[in-house]
Amino acid sequence: MTRASRYLLFFVGGGLVVVLYVWGVVGLPTFGSTHHPYRDRAVSASVAHQTANVVSSVNFDQRSLDTLGEESIFFASVIGAAALLRPSKQEREASEAGSGGGGHVMASTRFIGYVVFPLTLLVGFDVVAHGHLTPGGGFQGGVILATGLHVMYVSGKYEALRKLRPVTAFEHGEVVGALAFAGLGFAGVGVSGSFLANVLPFGSLGSFLSSGAVEVLNVAVGVEITCGVIVLLSHFFEQAMEFGHGKAAKR
Amino acid sequence: MNDLVLVVLLTLVAAAGTAVVMTNAPERQAVTYAFFGVTLTLLFLALQAPDVALSQLAVGTAFVPLMVMLAIRKIRGGRQ
Repeated sequence: MTRASRYLLFFVGGGLVVVLYVWGVVGLPTFGSTHHPYRDRAVSASVAHQTANVVSSVNFDQRSLDTLGEESIFFASVIGAAALLRPSKQEREASEAGSGGGGHVMASTRFIGYVVFPLTLLVGFDVVAHGHLTPGGGFQGGVILATGLHVMYVSGKYEALRKLRPVTAFEHGEVVGALAFAGLGFAGVGVSGSFLANVLPFGSLGSFLSSGAVEVLNVAVGVEITCGVIVLLSHFFEQAMEFGHGKAAKR
Repeated sequence: MNDLVLVVLLTLVAAAGTAVVMTNAPERQAVTYAFFGVTLTLLFLALQAPDVALSQLAVGTAFVPLMVMLAIRKIRGGRQ
């Protein structure tokens, strides 16, 4: 492809995007107005399924297929990153020669770490467990749980983090979370004939046992994201801490 | 009052975003990026989107800067 034809392609495609974007924005209700046709429909659909957090209802009930797509993208990208970051033969040899270790950690940093670590995990569990009631859910709680685990690294040593984090178990956990989401989707097919239909009892609005499948899907996503983020970060840690020096780094 | 909060927060987001672009060293950029994430979180909160704010806080101020720092450490090849 010549330079001129590339530019032509870019300007035709880019021009179309600009036209469609401007057209779409012009048709939007004005900022801050009270006219929200989508909100009105989403809220009533959410209340009909006894889900207090309308955002969760949209994500895990009204448009849960989109969420399944997003989870699959996340799942695939973790696998992709793991494949890219797999240690080479050279790096494995460098790792066996001895590595890891940590620098000096200030006593105050370590103290704050010990206080923040359990609190972060508690907040993470809370956000996942109440995804159908209050802001948050499986994704947010999962990221909080996974990054919370790495407070151990900030406040202590890489070795402590490594012992706390059996990567293989988390790899399996990621698969279990992803399969649970798809499995609930097929349960919907079996019971009501449509994929990801909310087939569990709805309970009563605002109570912990409400929203039907929304909270179960949140927990599945929470498991998948927690494990996926930990696995992803573990590959980055492995590269930076264990192979990040000596011959291997100079390739 | 509500408009004032939004104007202040939007200005803050613009300033923090500019600061990220103006930061030269990538390892410093990870820190300014984390701060930019906090300003975005506050904006989302003011726009009554707490779910998005929570995602932004977790991903933008903790997860991504950590990944950037680890990648930089690997590239530099040293251990400190």
